[in-house]
Amino acid sequence: MKDMIKGSEIVCKALLNEGVNTVFGIPGGAILPLYGTLNKFPELRHILTRHEQGACHAADGYSRTTGKVGVAFATSGPGATNLITGLATAMMDSVPLIAITGQVGRPAIGTDAFQETDITGATLPVTKHNYLVMRASDLGPIIHEAFHIAKTGRPGPVLIDIPKDVFDELASYDYKKDSQIDLPGYDPYIKINDSQIEKAVELINQSKKPVILSGHGVIISRAQDKLLELAEKAQIPVVTTLLGISSFPENHILFSGFPGMHGMAYASITLDEADLIIGIGSRFDDRIVGNAKRFGKNSKKIHIDIDPAEINKTVKIDAPIIGDIDGVLKKLNPRVETQNHTEWLKQVEHIKAEHPSLTIPESDSLLGQQVIKTLSDITKGDAIVCTGVGQHQMWAAQHYQFTQPNSWLTSGGLGTMGYEIPSAIGAQIGAPSKTVWSICGDGGFQMTIGELATVAENNLPIKYAILNNNHLGMITQWQDMFYKGQNMQETYTGNPDFVKLAEAYGIKGIRVENQDELPKAINDANNHQGPVIIDFVIKKVDYVYPMIPAGGSVDELIEEGKNK
Amino acid sequence: MKQDGIYRRTIVALVHDKPGVLARVSGLFRRRGVNIESLAVGHAEQSLFSRMTFVVAGSENSVKNISNQLNKLIDVVEASDISEKNYVSRELALIKVSCDQSQRIELLELSKIFRVNVVDVGIKNITFEIAGGKSKIDSFVELLDQFGVLEIMRTGRIAILRGSTKVGLNDGEFSTNKETSIYIPDENESGSV
Repeated sequence: MKDMIKGSEIVCKALLNEGVNTVFGIPGGAILPLYGTLNKFPELRHILTRHEQGACHAADGYSRTTGKVGVAFATSGPGATNLITGLATAMMDSVPLIAITGQVGRPAIGTDAFQETDITGATLPVTKHNYLVMRASDLGPIIHEAFHIAKTGRPGPVLIDIPKDVFDELASYDYKKDSQIDLPGYDPYIKINDSQIEKAVELINQSKKPVILSGHGVIISRAQDKLLELAEKAQIPVVTTLLGISSFPENHILFSGFPGMHGMAYASITLDEADLIIGIGSRFDDRIVGNAKRFGKNSKKIHIDIDPAEINKTVKIDAPIIGDIDGVLKKLNPRVETQNHTEWLKQVEHIKAEHPSLTIPESDSLLGQQVIKTLSDITKGDAIVCTGVGQHQMWAAQHYQFTQPNSWLTSGGLGTMGYEIPSAIGAQIGAPSKTVWSICGDGGFQMTIGELATVAENNLPIKYAILNNNHLGMITQWQDMFYKGQNMQETYTGNPDFVKLAEAYGIKGIRVENQDELPKAINDANNHQGPVIIDFVIKKVDYVYPMIPAGGSVDELIEEGKNK
Repeated sequence: MKQDGIYRRTIVALVHDKPGVLARVSGLFRRRGVNIESLAVGHAEQSLFSRMTFVVAGSENSVKNISNQLNKLIDVVEASDISEKNYVSRELALIKVSCDQSQRIELLELSKIFRVNVVDVGIKNITFEIAGGKSKIDSFVELLDQFGVLEIMRTGRIAILRGSTKVGLNDGEFSTNKETSIYIPDENESGSV
């Protein structure tokens, strides 16, 4: 038949029809037929990563920066299992991405063949949905369905596993027909319930001390303007979750920080003092809530979320609104009365003055906080910032003043160390004209260090700032605080010379050991056309403050220089 | 539905009839800390769909949200926690009891009282088929204990809403008459668990 094409070509055509122009991946035996077709599709730019986890995080970073669906390729067996950390990261943070894996040929499935893994079985808990495609004629409909699932409703990763011989099988592909979605029971376009809006509006209008807790959902829904409108109209202070950072301009008078375990003390206290908490696109995560029985004990709670399963999951909600944030706020904002909440805002200012939270202590050695503060001042909050997980991540969240939406990439839910190098690759490719700063710890940096080759190969002008203390800093902090100072296995004595390492990759390397060298090094990095790695040698043992211990509340708040 | 700190719910789901769906559903229960006490699956009235009935148990937090979590699975068309609703439920059990000739008459008498069918008789055993609610089957088993129960096979509960409402596909080609029929309570079935 004349219209028949190979399965691998169907994959490429379907990806192009979904608007994909960049994929991240690494080839292997079972996915070779797909790579064998890529040269026919020069519009699909393939970024060769050095590890599948890197491909997945890069696709994730690309997706968070652009709002598009990121795509990662991997082969069967170990290639596919290497994706799992990346998929779990994306799942926890509701990031839309598509992972395409090769699988052993159909006759070999279930025989423990070479490089065979049941990857659809293995990724069930870490994907929004997944597929094993057993016929080339199913490829078109499944790929289009997968994109629909990944990007609609509460977004998430979708994995498509394709046996080697299905790539080579002939089938027809008709975009018009194959992109018709028929999914009974999956309706992401939730009709917003007016009575839910009514009830929430009533609570907002009655409230004397409201506060908005803005989460990742605001960014996913691109509802930053509506959030600003609501906050300004009713003069409601805004705190953001860790992933909600950059959903509200941090230089705005109503911005009150981010609350929780390592958030600003004043943000946690503001939440605690409020008589109404309006959670928008946040899942009331345990890092913010702590003791669920104690959390916001004086307040009623409104929860706006697209996922009904999040309502009442951790915290009892008085008025839920189910729906897409942008659509909900469009209906809600006009009904909210204009208010000035003078008394309450005065109280919030007072709380901020009493609990400054962001004071950087005097020190002879270089401090992580100083690095971030200087970086924020020099870039004027305009860079895209990626991080790993740990102390440097918390300092970045605290001391970088974000003014641009979608400019903060961090693994909030899963807390994936090693996210910092590859996510920046995706971010830089997604936003080539932006300056991308990746703030790293010396621990996480070494988890995905191989991706520096990807950076060098593509001459991506990413600036990596390693806050190097030769420790797993957050582990040291926890062992000191909660395990009687019995420090075990948290000191890195074998770190490489990161400047020499940079040079080995052909990347510019800079070392900074003193506070007065900071501005010059950061400016030099910004002015350098290619990638840069700066090794900031910071104080060996330092703690992140404020801190609320796990499962605690503001009653257990530990502040710098105060009750410790 | 609370018993010794364990919450028990009856959940009915309409799902796509595809390989792997049961694994998706049971995996969800496992990772959300919910224990499946019984599970029954069979084809629905429309081809390509199946209906599942679960009796699940767990902490209040884990079970109260489970139908919302189920509804997030792409292969689940609709899941509904019917525990508080008006429904009929049945279970089927096959029970093999040891029985010599002298006991046969007595056992047959008992089976009449419980409206139980005899499906197999051997020289030293007899097998009953009993359908009904959990408590009916439990009481019958308890009664048979003195004779020596050799083997029990139970299907797990199946449940269906009373009236014309149904779980799943209520607003497509499957649409049903929304008016509810008159509710006639079953003599020994209360609907509650």
